[in-house]
Amino acid sequence: MRKWAFWLAAIVLLIVLQATLRGLIGAYYYQIVILVGINIILAVSLNLINGVTGQFSIGHAGFYAIGGYTSAALVYYGGASIRAPLRFLPSMAQDTILLLLGLIAAAVMAGLAGLAVGIPSLRLRGDYLAIVTLGFGEIIRVFILNIDAIGGSRGFSGIPQLSNLFWVYLLVLATIITVRNLIRSSYGRAFISIRDDEIAAEAMGVDTTRYKVLSFVISSMFAGIAGGLFGHFTMYLHPNSFLFTTSFYLIIMIVVGGLGSIEGSVVGAILVTVTLEVFRRFGPFRLVYFAIVLVLIMIYRPQGLVGKRYGYS
Amino acid sequence: MANSRDLQVSSPLGGFMRRKPWLFLLFVVGVFALTSCTGARSDSTSEIVIGEFGSLTGTTATFGISTKNGIDMAVDDLNKAGGLLGKKVRVIVEDDQGKPEEAQTVVTKLITKDQVSAILGEVASSRTMAAAPVAQQNGIPLISPSSTNPKVTEIGDYIFRVCFIDPFQGLVMAKFATNTLKVKNVAILRDIKNDYSVGLAEVFVENFKKMGGNIVANESYSEGDTDFSAQLTSIKSKNPQAVFMPGYYTEVGLVVRQARKLGLNIPFMGGDGWDSPSLIQIGGEAVNGSYYSNHFSVSDPSPKIQKFVSDYKARYSATPDALAGLGYDAASVLFDAIKRANSTDGAKVRDAIAATKDFDGITGKITIDKDRNAVKPAVVLQVKDGKLQYVETIAP
Amino acid sequence: METFLQQLINGVSQGSAYALIALGYTMVYGVLRLINFAHSDVYMFGAFMGFYLANNEWIKTHLGDSPLTAVLVLLGAMALSAGVGILIERFAYRPGRGKSRFALAFWLGIAGAAAGQLVNASLASTLIGAAAGLIIGIVSEKVGLRPAQENSRLALLIIAIGVSLFLENGGQQVFGADPKFFPQIIETRLLDIGPLRIDSQKLIVLGVAVVLMVLLNVIVNYTKTGKGMRAVSFNLDAAKLMGINTDRIIAFTFALGSALAGAGGILVSLLYPKIDPLMGVMPGLKAFVAAVLGGIGNITGAMLGGLVLGMAEVMAVGYGESTYRDAIAFIILVLILLLKPTGIMGKGMIEKV
Repeated sequence: MRKWAFWLAAIVLLIVLQATLRGLIGAYYYQIVILVGINIILAVSLNLINGVTGQFSIGHAGFYAIGGYTSAALVYYGGASIRAPLRFLPSMAQDTILLLLGLIAAAVMAGLAGLAVGIPSLRLRGDYLAIVTLGFGEIIRVFILNIDAIGGSRGFSGIPQLSNLFWVYLLVLATIITVRNLIRSSYGRAFISIRDDEIAAEAMGVDTTRYKVLSFVISSMFAGIAGGLFGHFTMYLHPNSFLFTTSFYLIIMIVVGGLGSIEGSVVGAILVTVTLEVFRRFGPFRLVYFAIVLVLIMIYRPQGLVGKRYGYS
Repeated sequence: MANSRDLQVSSPLGGFMRRKPWLFLLFVVGVFALTSCTGARSDSTSEIVIGEFGSLTGTTATFGISTKNGIDMAVDDLNKAGGLLGKKVRVIVEDDQGKPEEAQTVVTKLITKDQVSAILGEVASSRTMAAAPVAQQNGIPLISPSSTNPKVTEIGDYIFRVCFIDPFQGLVMAKFATNTLKVKNVAILRDIKNDYSVGLAEVFVENFKKMGGNIVANESYSEGDTDFSAQLTSIKSKNPQAVFMPGYYTEVGLVVRQARKLGLNIPFMGGDGWDSPSLIQIGGEAVNGSYYSNHFSVSDPSPKIQKFVSDYKARYSATPDALAGLGYDAASVLFDAIKRANSTDGAKVRDAIAATKDFDGITGKITIDKDRNAVKPAVVLQVKDGKLQYVETIAP
Repeated sequence: METFLQQLINGVSQGSAYALIALGYTMVYGVLRLINFAHSDVYMFGAFMGFYLANNEWIKTHLGDSPLTAVLVLLGAMALSAGVGILIERFAYRPGRGKSRFALAFWLGIAGAAAGQLVNASLASTLIGAAAGLIIGIVSEKVGLRPAQENSRLALLIIAIGVSLFLENGGQQVFGADPKFFPQIIETRLLDIGPLRIDSQKLIVLGVAVVLMVLLNVIVNYTKTGKGMRAVSFNLDAAKLMGINTDRIIAFTFALGSALAGAGGILVSLLYPKIDPLMGVMPGLKAFVAAVLGGIGNITGAMLGGLVLGMAEVMAVGYGESTYRDAIAFIILVLILLLKPTGIMGKGMIEKV
C-alpha cells in the first residue's frame, strides 16, 4: 500500500517541479540541477562497484559514454521510424516512449560493455584492476573518436532534447531505491562480503566472480542510463566529455561523500558539481582552488563527509 | 580497498557531519545561493554587457587567451572612443576548459544569469556547436571569431561567424598546391582528435583529387602526441612531393623537426591552425619553406593592420596571431551591428549582423552571406628565414 | 627492412622516455603502495626548470654552449624536481598518513597568494594574500585542527589526484599555458650508419637513461638508504620496528623518484622540444601503464615495460592504424595482464589469510 503511494507522491512532486522550477530559478540553475541529478546517478552506481563491492574501478566514463552515444544514435537514426506507428499519440507521449527506448538501449549496451570489461578484468586485484578499468575507459573513448557515424571528433550534434528535470530525478530516485534494495538483499550481502574479505567469502561458498561481474554490470547499466539522459539534455555529445578526468571526478565524488554509503555518494555528487560551479568566480584559479580544497578535505576527513559504511554500525 | 578501516575520527567537524548530513547540505545550498546572488545584475541603463566564452585553461588555452586579448582590445578601443549608443561596453568572460558541456553551461549562465545582449565565441567548432543551440533558443546573437566547421552556422539564424569556413580553406590550399607549388603527389597527416583537422583534410583531399592530384599517404596523430617518427617514416616511404598537415601549431613544430631529421625535406602545408608565434619558435629552421593559409598577414603594410600589430605588441608584449585579429573583428562587427540597429534587442542586432557588408576589419573586408558565414579571401603565408612572408591571396 | 629498423630505433627511443617516468612511479608505489598521479606533473616541472635554467642569462654568458652547461642544467633541474617532490610528500602525502605540521598553512598560503593575485595583479597583493593564508593556517593548527589519523589508501589516491590538478592548473597560471621551445643544449648530429639515419641526440638520451637506471640500482641495492627503501617496501611496520626512520626513507624515495622524473622531463624535451604545463598527462598515464606492465614495484620491470610499450606503440602506428595510437598502450596492458596478472617481472603475490 505504501509503496505505490510513495511513487505517486514522487511523480506528482516532480511534475510540479518540472513545470515551475525553470521559471523560478532561471535556465542556468535549472541546468545545474539537472547535471547534479545525472552526477548522482553516476556516483551512486560507481559506489556500488567501488564502495559496496570493493572493486577499484576508474573507467566509469566509458560506460557513461556508451550509454550516451547508444541512446543518441537510436533516437537520431531510428527516431522517425519509431514515431511512425505511434502517430496517433500526443507528441509528449511519443517523446516519452522514444526516451524510454533510448534509455533501455543505453542500459543494455552499457551493461554488455560492463560484461565485456568485467569478465577479464575482475580476475585482477586492487591497483591492477584500477589501471585496467582506466585503460578500458580510454579504449572506449578512442574507438568512439574513430566512428564517423556518431560524429567522431566532430561530435554528435542534433540530438533531440527529450530529457528534463522530471525524467532525470525520477531516474535518480529509481537508481537510489534500486541500489539500496540491492544492498539490503542477499546480493548486497554477497557484495559486502567480497569487499570485506574476498578470500573468506570464497571460503564461505560465495561465488565471488559471479557477484563481482553482476555488480559491475548493474553499475555500468546505470552509468549508461545517466549517459542517455545527459545526451538528450545537452543535445550534443563529444568524446572530450568522457575523458579519464571525468572518471576521476566521479571517484572524487564518492570518496569525498563517503565511500560505501549511498547518502555519501549523493552528497559527494552535489558538493563536487556545485563547488565547481561556484568556483567559477575564481576565474583562472578555479581548478587550483578545487584541488586545494580536495587535498584538505582528504587530509582532515579521509572517510568522507558522510562517512557511514553499509554493513557497519 | 579492503584495507581501509573506519577508525575514530579526530577532526572536530566529524560528529556534526556524521549525524546531520542534511543540515550540511542545506548549508552548502545556502552558500551557493548567497555567493551567486551577489553577482551584480547589469544595470542596462549605463552599460551594455556582452558575454564571451572560450578555453582559457586546458590544452587549447592559448587559443582562448589570444581571442580574449583581441576582444579586450576592441572593447577598450571602443570605450575610449565614447562607447556604444552612449554607454560603455563590458565583457563577462567565462572559461569552458575546452569541454563542450562546460561551453553549454557557461553560455547558459551568461545568457540567463548575467543577461548579456550578445555572445562572442568560440575557437573550436565542437564547443561552439555545443553552446550555439542555447543562444539560438534564447534569441541572443552569437558571433564566432574562428570556428570554421560549416555545421556551426547551420544551427540557427542567430549564429554567425566572421571567418571563412573549412570547405573554402581546403579549396584554397588545394588550389595553392596545384597551381603554385605544382605538386601532384601529396601525403596527408591529420589530427584524429580534432574535428577541424579531420574536416579540413577531407575538403583538401576532395578538391585536390578533382584538380588531378594524388593522395599517396594518409596518416594521423593525436593532439598532444610528441613522437611522429612512425607516421613520418611511413609517409617517407611513399615518396610524396609535399605533405598537407591541417592541425594546430602545437604539433606542427615537432613534426617538421622530426621530418627533417628523417630526411624528409619536402614542403609542408597547413591551415590557419598553424598561426602562432610559437610555430617558428618550436619549429626552428625545420619549418622554413612551409606554407599555410591564414586570415591575415602581420607583415601586411596596410596602416590598419600595422596599427593593430603595434597596439597589440605594446599591450601584450607579443605579436598578435590570427585568432587575436579575428577576436578583434568579431567584437567590432558586433559593435557595428548594434550601432546600426540602434538597439541591443536580439532580433534587431541579428538582422544588422546579417546585413554586414564590406566591413573593414583587421582580417579583411567582411561581408556576411546568406548562410551567416563571412565571405573573405584567404592569404597564404610562407615561413622563410624564421619569418612569415606573404605569398598570395586566394579569393572565393 | 630499413623502415623496420628505423621504426625499431624509434620504438627504443620512445620507450626509454616512458621508462624514465615509469621508474619514479614504480619506486613510490613500492614504498607507499600509492599511485602517485602527481608524478607526471613533476616531470613537467623538471622540463620547465630546465627551460628556465637553460635560458638564464647568467648561465648563458658564464658557461656558454659547452656540454658542461647541459650537465649542469640537468643536475639543477633534477635537484629542483627533487625539491618539489619533497614538498609534495611533506605537505600532501604525509598529512594523509596522519602526521604533519604546517600542511594547512602551506595550502592556505598558496590559496591566499592566488586570492591576492585575483584581487590585484601586483606582487604586494600576492604576498599579502599568502601571508594571510599562512597565518590562518598556523593559528588553526595551534588551536587544534589536526589531520585525521586514519591511513586510508583511497584518500591518499584522491590527494594525489588533487596535487596533480593543482600542479597542472597552477602551472598554466604560473608558466603560462602557451607551449614553449626547449633550447637545444645538446647539439644534434645526424649519423648515417648504413642505410639508417640515427639522431645522436636519441643515443645520448638513451645513454643517460641507462646511466640513471644503473645509478638507481646501485643506490637501491648497495647503499644503506637503499636497504631501508627495500625494507619499507617489503613491510612498513616491520621496518619501523627495526628502527628505520620510515618517514625519512619515504621522503628520500620521493626525492629520488622526482629527480628521475625531472631528468626524464629534460631528456624528453631535448628530443621533442615543445613544453607546456599539460605535457605530462598522456606520457604519465602511459608510463604508469608501463610500470604496471613490468610489474609495479619492480625497477627492472619498469624499464622493460617502458621499452615494450614504446616499441608496441611505434610498431602499431607504423604498420597498423595510426588513429588508435592512444588505445594501443591500453590494449597491450589488458592483454599482458590477462596472461600474467602481476606484470612481466611481477612476483606472484601469495595472499595470506
